[in-house]
Amino acid sequence: MTAILFLAQRATAFVLAFAVAVHLGTILYAVRGGLSAAEILGRTHGNIAFALFYGLFVIAVAIHAPIGLRNVLREWTARRGRSLDAALALFSLLLLTLGLRAVFAVFGA
Amino acid sequence: MTDSTLQVDIWRGTDTGQFQGFVLPRREHQTVLDVVTEIQREHDATLSYRFACRVGMCGSCAMVVNGRPRWTCRTRVRDVIANGEKLRLEPLRNFVVVKDLAVEMTQFFDKWKNAQGYFEPGPQPQADFAVVPPATPERQAADAGIECIGCGVCYSACDVVAWDSDYLGPAALNRAWTLVNDVRDQGNATRVEAVSHSSGCQACHTHMSCTQFCPKVIAPTYSIAGLKRAVLRRSLRGAP
Repeated sequence: MTAILFLAQRATAFVLAFAVAVHLGTILYAVRGGLSAAEILGRTHGNIAFALFYGLFVIAVAIHAPIGLRNVLREWTARRGRSLDAALALFSLLLLTLGLRAVFAVFGA
Repeated sequence: MTDSTLQVDIWRGTDTGQFQGFVLPRREHQTVLDVVTEIQREHDATLSYRFACRVGMCGSCAMVVNGRPRWTCRTRVRDVIANGEKLRLEPLRNFVVVKDLAVEMTQFFDKWKNAQGYFEPGPQPQADFAVVPPATPERQAADAGIECIGCGVCYSACDVVAWDSDYLGPAALNRAWTLVNDVRDQGNATRVEAVSHSSGCQACHTHMSCTQFCPKVIAPTYSIAGLKRAVLRRSLRGAP
């Protein structure tokens, strides 16, 4: 199990290294001359590439962040058992729900 | 050598205690172990510490010298402090202190067993001598970590052990890695499982303190990285 978590964290880090760079680069490029909410939505509505990219981004975050947080909490607190794993599974689900909801809202609302 | 006296603060007690100060002559070439021995023989016979060979063979005289884990027999005072500075001696970190500078090493060696850090010949040991060419990558990887004598310096230096007392530690994992690369060993299926858990090789942060302080110039960090790769390869093949 630990080996799978380790692999999942490394694999998602690889995805995030790429995704974060694209995300930040896009922001810097898009807001050069100022940008309104309406302009953003105008570009993202119905844009399947945008939805796929940020969908992947959200999934990677929902996997990567709880594993890292699990390691931190294991080292810095006394929490070790199933309650920790359960809490972080819920945290993962929360990130996934909030993230995908936001992607869906910006893509299709 | 201008200052003729040496001030030394030594930890006295167990997990609780205090530093005790001593003043003794400062000598050319004196080692930290010379200092401790002189204090015990000339100043306070109740001071407890551990040593055996005095020449860097056994590793039993390891202590924390001015904040860094070292073999005291191989550490000259002049290499640690300048004239006028104090020498500060503590027991190895991350170990239970028996008394003063002597530590209990049972947990440290138990972890070698837990990491399956022993040769496993298998149910049917080879009848003849195994031919192991020294130039093979496996043998070279094993040779890189084989000189460990179990002094505990790396374990004392490791922050991950300080955070997680269950962490197997650099020495046990390094030993496991040498065996993973030993072509004669038959125990790798269970060994890779034994080192793969939340307090196993994946817990290493790659701080490299073990590699920095190892008196044998071994790099346990790289051994642990090798174990991580070995575990991943096995996981991808479907084994646990």
